[in-house]
Amino acid sequence: MQTAQTVIKTKVKSGLQKATFESDNIAGYIFIAPWLLGFFIFTIFPILSSFALSFTKYDILSAPVFVGLQNYKEIFLTDERFWKALTVTFFYVIVYVPLRLSFALAVAMLFRVNRRGVSVYRTIFYIPSIIGGSVAVAVMWRQLFGVDGALNSILKFLGIIDKGFGWLGNPGTAIWTLILLAVWQFGSPMLIFLAGLKQIPASLYEAASIDGANKWQQFIKVTIPSLTPIIFFNLIMQTINGFMAFTQCYIITEGGPFDSTLFYAVYLFEKSFKFYAMGYGSALAWILLVIIAVFTGIVFKSSSYWVYYESKEKW
Amino acid sequence: MKASTDKRTKTFVYHGTILVLGFFMIYPVLWLIASSFKDHSEIFVNAHSLVPKRLHFGNYIEGWRGFGRISFATFFKNSFIIVILSTIGQVMSSAVVAYGFSRIKFKGRKFWFVCMIATLMLPAQVLIIPQYILFNKLGWLNSFKPLIVPSYFGMPFFIFMIMQFIQGIPTELDQSAKIDGCGKYRIFFVIILPLIIPALITSAIFSFYWKWEDFLGPLLYLQKTKLYPISLALKMFSDPAAVTNWGAMFAMSVLSLVPVFSIFVIFQKYLVEGISTSGLKG
Repeated sequence: MQTAQTVIKTKVKSGLQKATFESDNIAGYIFIAPWLLGFFIFTIFPILSSFALSFTKYDILSAPVFVGLQNYKEIFLTDERFWKALTVTFFYVIVYVPLRLSFALAVAMLFRVNRRGVSVYRTIFYIPSIIGGSVAVAVMWRQLFGVDGALNSILKFLGIIDKGFGWLGNPGTAIWTLILLAVWQFGSPMLIFLAGLKQIPASLYEAASIDGANKWQQFIKVTIPSLTPIIFFNLIMQTINGFMAFTQCYIITEGGPFDSTLFYAVYLFEKSFKFYAMGYGSALAWILLVIIAVFTGIVFKSSSYWVYYESKEKW
Repeated sequence: MKASTDKRTKTFVYHGTILVLGFFMIYPVLWLIASSFKDHSEIFVNAHSLVPKRLHFGNYIEGWRGFGRISFATFFKNSFIIVILSTIGQVMSSAVVAYGFSRIKFKGRKFWFVCMIATLMLPAQVLIIPQYILFNKLGWLNSFKPLIVPSYFGMPFFIFMIMQFIQGIPTELDQSAKIDGCGKYRIFFVIILPLIIPALITSAIFSFYWKWEDFLGPLLYLQKTKLYPISLALKMFSDPAAVTNWGAMFAMSVLSLVPVFSIFVIFQKYLVEGISTSGLKG
């Protein structure tokens, strides 16, 4: 009797279990569980604790000491290197993002029509993008622009200069070597633009040319508006990446000379992991988060004025 | 007659412009390769030249010896361990999560999806300090764990890319499988998984690239030279204060790019398609 009951019970139970594991709510959460767990462990928990830490003094060896708003006060009122880092990073982003996207679009326009050789050209222009983030390229860049480097060698050869110039050692030029390195990697946005260009219906161009629009007008009135969703997305992602730029600066210029290339991320790293001022570093991180959030918000808000969506929303 | 010469000039100008531009694009890479074969005495004399006077393999032999009595064989091995293990993790976990988000209508799906997209825009710098403290408390410093374990929790960029791919698969396939008595789990493994292999390959390539060039992670978590991956080793090897053997450094830089190039050559198609369809990568 008892055994029969247990059998029935287990049967019912397993039947229920089967039903629940198959139900949308349970199955959905089982499938997204890896991300959801990671989201709480590696994103939510760190964000909250870095917010809490930003109100403390913490050197990782002893316990954090609550200091209220002191870190923020110090950063905004007395920390000149913070303002320097902010200026440098803004300058870098404002210059490299438009340059990179313009190059990407210009070259994509050249490769729009399938001619002989285009796929080979496309590969050549894309190569810098796949290796550009590596330490090898950073090290190479340092030598290209070094006093004994290839650039000076070319300039000497052409008779423009007769003594090596320190491109990296000069506060006026160092940042430009980093900008050039960033612009050099325009391959990914180029491919994205190319895909976008191919989706613009030919009928739009035909209509424009019937209305008497020349090639330039067609570019301004048809091509650019059709690409605005892509430009919009890239603008946001590239700007965020720009604010986080670290490796290339850390290796090529180490923020120098005289902090002229002190990227925000490099300054944050220095404060947090060289001087172990983790409370201060957390405050810097949160300021960065707010800056990026404000920037993204502005771009999103402005998007209704300049981004043209087709009737079908992508997401 | 005139029209055809016009066309010819146009073609000439077109290819001419692209070739000149292309040369500037590719020059640094060719220069790096050329320099790695130059003799010590030649590297800084006519530094810009792309043709070494004589192919000199000594740089590779000297460079391979590494530093601190640890050869580049170790650094390469470390890189491969980290990159392969985390790539497997990122691709597998992202595929599972992408299926959940795109095919199952569970409560809270929209909310969590928005959360996931938001993390795409989250600057990593906000997270590194607490993550460092966390891994420190766990005793994971000076191990590969901080670099590998988080990969097994899905990666929003890949989840999003795979989701777009899954959305292109007709739902009729799932439905007919369901009628045949297939559960959600079997549908994923038997029907969806084989169909999304191209998206998984694209994800794997990106994952490989990003992990291979990752520098900040190893810099934070690995202090012992014998644990260095190739990126960190190159940086230490090239410290201006420590090393003056530029030839050897160029040689090891070239070697560090060989896996990247090989993958590019083999999987070019997937890469180009992946970037064009996701439209996300910077």
